[in-house]
Amino acid sequence: MSKVLIYGEIRAGKLKKTAFELASEARRLADGLGGDVAAVVLGPQAEQFAPDLARFGADTVYVVEGPQLDAYNTEYFAQALAQVIREKQPEIVLLSHTMQGKDLAPRTAAKLGIASIADCVSFEIDGGKLVGKRPMYAGKCSAEWVCKGSPQMASARPNVLEAVENPKAGKVEKIAFSPDTGRSTYTTRELSLDTSGKVDLTEAEIIVSGGRGMGGTDYSLLEEMASIFGANAAVGASRAAVDAGWRPHSDQVGQTGKTVCPNLYVACGISGSIQHLAGMGSSKVIVAINKDPEAPIFTKADYGVVGDLFKVVPEMNKELRALLAE
Amino acid sequence: MKSLVCMKQVPDTETQIKVNSQGTGIVTEGIKYIINPYDEFSVEEALRLKEKFKQGEVVILTIGPDRCTESIRTALAMGADKGIHINDESLNSADPFVVAQALAAAASQVDYNVIFCGHRAIDDDFAEAGAMLAELLQIPQVTLVTKVEVSDDKTKAIVERDVEGGKETVEVSLPCVLTSQKGLNEPRYASLPGIMKAKKKPIDKKTAADLGITAEARLESREYSMPPERKAGKKLEGMEPPDAAKELVRLLRNEAKVI
Ligand SMILES: Cc1cc2nc3c(=O)[nH]c(=O)nc-3n(C[C@H](O)[C@H](O)[C@H](O)COP(=O)(O)OP(=O)(O)OC[C@H]3O[C@@H](n4cnc5c(N)ncnc54)[C@H](O)[C@@H]3O)c2cc1C
Ligand SMILES: Nc1ncnc2c1ncn2[C@@H]1O[C@H](COP(=O)(O)O)[C@@H](O)[C@H]1O
Repeated sequence: MSKVLIYGEIRAGKLKKTAFELASEARRLADGLGGDVAAVVLGPQAEQFAPDLARFGADTVYVVEGPQLDAYNTEYFAQALAQVIREKQPEIVLLSHTMQGKDLAPRTAAKLGIASIADCVSFEIDGGKLVGKRPMYAGKCSAEWVCKGSPQMASARPNVLEAVENPKAGKVEKIAFSPDTGRSTYTTRELSLDTSGKVDLTEAEIIVSGGRGMGGTDYSLLEEMASIFGANAAVGASRAAVDAGWRPHSDQVGQTGKTVCPNLYVACGISGSIQHLAGMGSSKVIVAINKDPEAPIFTKADYGVVGDLFKVVPEMNKELRALLAE
Repeated sequence: MKSLVCMKQVPDTETQIKVNSQGTGIVTEGIKYIINPYDEFSVEEALRLKEKFKQGEVVILTIGPDRCTESIRTALAMGADKGIHINDESLNSADPFVVAQALAAAASQVDYNVIFCGHRAIDDDFAEAGAMLAELLQIPQVTLVTKVEVSDDKTKAIVERDVEGGKETVEVSLPCVLTSQKGLNEPRYASLPGIMKAKKKPIDKKTAADLGITAEARLESREYSMPPERKAGKKLEGMEPPDAAKELVRLLRNEAKVI
């Protein structure tokens, strides 16, 4: 019997990096408890990812297929996941707190009559029980949470847990999906992914963010920096920039936008309001570029440049291009 | 068009949160409370639907202590028709499952075409209650919604939602639960006549017993703590932009080792 079950999220035909983060963490927890790690993947092309999951510590990979699982749909994915959990009875179930995870985890949990410790940044086992530590109030404080029901379920914030290779068998077991087609669900009419393969802010390793200091819709300097950093970088914005209509609402970082924790957050022309800091304060390294030496962002930034972003950022881009082209 | 809006009262985003000395929660003295910003989008959307159909009702559903009456009044002043206030010690700091159970029990006592939740409450940040409520009521959910169009016969809606790296347009039959995301609308302010009228609008008070539920916690919090204090680091000041840029990139590579 598996102690820990993880949900391997597939997006655009690829297994997400967060699945490796989860598999590694599950491995660590299961080794502590003395038990196995299983991963579940859903959908037509899912089986091909078993070796990847095995590489990061999965003993078993459950593969569930069925016409209802060809594309993501909340109800059917939740049914399939709940079915696997009921059949396999893991003690701990872990998902990622990605956009899909936020939709899927609570629906699945409710089917099982439990709740999930959402958006954890670390886990430990205490007296045989899972303890999840999660930021609250957009990171203004955090608390440890435990589950009172069974199984214990939690989701992990992307890009926080470390993915470590730890090869295991990854034995594939196919599970026949028995959907309840009597349940009403939505049907997808159109799916438009505007950004070709770009990472979501919440999963980006590097974020280059612009605020009111950008002075308008032209974010090309920041787009350029992000593209120099590569596919794991994204562009964000403050609410001032979003409310001015310069950037889409989905780019907003902060207490009423996205909570992010990249390795590097570059804040350009952002003053550092309490709401903005709440959303990005747990970034590993913060850089601020601001012409006002008194801007509050400098009190939190690891590195600050006092200067005009329109003069500093082009020079940075030159330096970065030269360095990263090496 | 009848909408039920699940609305939570949360600390103002300006609040400096402090953990209490026992580490069992936050210090609540002096906190100013507001309507959860995502729930404000829900109130606005429900009002717009009622206006569009030129008939219907907007009902506000809140679980929380006495202080929540004020937020309910604010929503009524924006134009909502009535409030349901579940005020019960056993539910006031409940986990998302218990909250969803109470919301579901209250929802099953009223009529609705659609239920709005916020996609997340900005205090506990669970982002769970909406989806759980939908499951408990056995109706569909569409989360992170930025646009809603309800068909004339009110049997279905075309809804736009945020997905990673883009948008998804879905068709969903009503009733369903929609969870609001930024971008859905710009909430209105309460007008002065609205504030006057709100005083006479009904707020139905309920307890857990009235709903026939007993709160059985699914999650339990322990040990609240403050994040490690971030300190000001190196500040490059008074340098020419090329020199500052060069030095910054060098520090990021050699000292911080993030690039
Ligand atoms: C309920 C509520 C929720 C909120 N939620 C959020 C949220 O989620 N996220 C968020 O970001 N905000 C949020 N806010 C807004 C927040 O209070 C601030 O208004 C906002 O963060 C300010 O954005 P800003 O830093 O871009 O603008 P400003 O505070 O105006 O700062 C602009 C900065 O740019 C600098 N600057 C100008 N020109 C240049 C230049 N050429 N080069 C370098 N620097 C320059 C200025 O010195 C200044 O420091 C919220 C507010 C409320 C009331
Ligand atoms: N105490 C409450 N009263 C009314 N609605 C709530 C309450 N708690 C949560 N909700 C609803 O559920 C949404 C998500 O909350 P949460 O899962 O706590 O992040 C909120 O935006 C509300 O719409």
